[in-house]
Amino acid sequence: MSIFHFISDFFSQSAHWHGYDGIPQRLWEHIQYSMLAMAVATGVALPVGLVTGHTGRGGNALALLATAGRALPSFGLLVLLFVIIGLGLLPVMIPLVVLAIPPILVTTNEAVRSVDPAPVDAARGMGMRPLRILAQVELPVALPLILSGLRSAAIQIVSTATIAAYVSFGGLGRYIVDGLYQRDYEQVVGGATLVAGLALATLGAFWLAGRLAVSPGVRHR
Amino acid sequence: MGEFFHVPSDLQHSYLGLVGWHLEEALIPVLAGLLLALPLAQLCVRLRWLYPPVLWVTTVLYAIPSLAFFVVLINWTGQSEITVMIPLTLYSLVVLVPAIVDGVRSVPEETHAAATAMGFGPVRRYLQVELPIAVPAIFAGLRVATVSSISLVSVGALIGNQGALGNLLADSMFYHRPILAVSSVVTTAVLAMAVDALLVLCRRLLTPWTPPARERGRGAPVSVPAVAEEAR
Repeated sequence: MSIFHFISDFFSQSAHWHGYDGIPQRLWEHIQYSMLAMAVATGVALPVGLVTGHTGRGGNALALLATAGRALPSFGLLVLLFVIIGLGLLPVMIPLVVLAIPPILVTTNEAVRSVDPAPVDAARGMGMRPLRILAQVELPVALPLILSGLRSAAIQIVSTATIAAYVSFGGLGRYIVDGLYQRDYEQVVGGATLVAGLALATLGAFWLAGRLAVSPGVRHR
Repeated sequence: MGEFFHVPSDLQHSYLGLVGWHLEEALIPVLAGLLLALPLAQLCVRLRWLYPPVLWVTTVLYAIPSLAFFVVLINWTGQSEITVMIPLTLYSLVVLVPAIVDGVRSVPEETHAAATAMGFGPVRRYLQVELPIAVPAIFAGLRVATVSSISLVSVGALIGNQGALGNLLADSMFYHRPILAVSSVVTTAVLAMAVDALLVLCRRLLTPWTPPARERGRGAPVSVPAVAEEAR
């Protein structure tokens, strides 16, 4: 039986479309948790990245943070906090947020810092205040890179939220983890398809956001 | 503290055994990825039209969560080490190809022309001029690929104890011993940082001509693509 049979079987069973363990419910959980983690991480990291990028300070500390963030194993952090804190939303939310902060922070800082100084000087010469320069000159020019940092963070969150099913988290990872325990390969492959689809949808959403939000003058391709 | 290095007997490995297994499972894919990425990147440099679609495919592949990759592969390779190592190879490839292409493309036109004028053929020019100049960019990619590979091996614990140090996490839950999870996380992170430092050292030895002082200081060109592609 090929893998495509498993996939089509999984999606054609009506039992998989209703109730507490149904696809809509699990998909909604996954999106909800990912959005929450993304909102918290962005709320913390984006302003800090913008300000440190604008002032050009703290680059070394951020580089250190990036290395540390990359070295921390996401699955390990997840299990560790679960074992320490126990059942609940918090032990899963903390690692999701912690892992999403370094890519947003570092890329935003780097993006704002590497903005061409000529337009910034021109804006200053026109009498713009620092906050206005940041919002109206630096932010639009740095936006493509900032979005790529946000995209990395979002994709990381979606994929870590999948693994989080191992520590009793809802979402699409449930199908994979439960399927592995129940030796129900159809469910495993169905879950994997859904997770991959969600990750690709996230990618698509960011591509669309880039098309809509980035000024045509900045877009280089 | 003694418990930190104590591995439950069901894992059938000593602490150092797990570390060795972890390194093996993480580094072989990066090496395989590098061997595949070098010719592929060269092809992308030669045939310009090939690069955008390759970049597009790599971005899509990189977005697929590791667990989804692992479980789909079980169909062909079973619950084995290979199942963990194939996706890790692909992920490394995804990071390395753009890094190498950018590195080789950054070789100045004059340098290129000078090598040709000195009578270098394409092969010799690639090996003795383009590749050495691309070393910093290649190593920036290698660092990201290696560190994320080391961190991702742990997820292999989910597909039947194939996660080396990650298997400690599963045991930490079964036996409800937080110390095992601490041991796994700390060891993996230390391992990642140690290998990262080793790569920086290699880079310095391979490129003695780069100024060592302004490694990460202000204005230093921290490779932005590498930063952007760090998450997984």
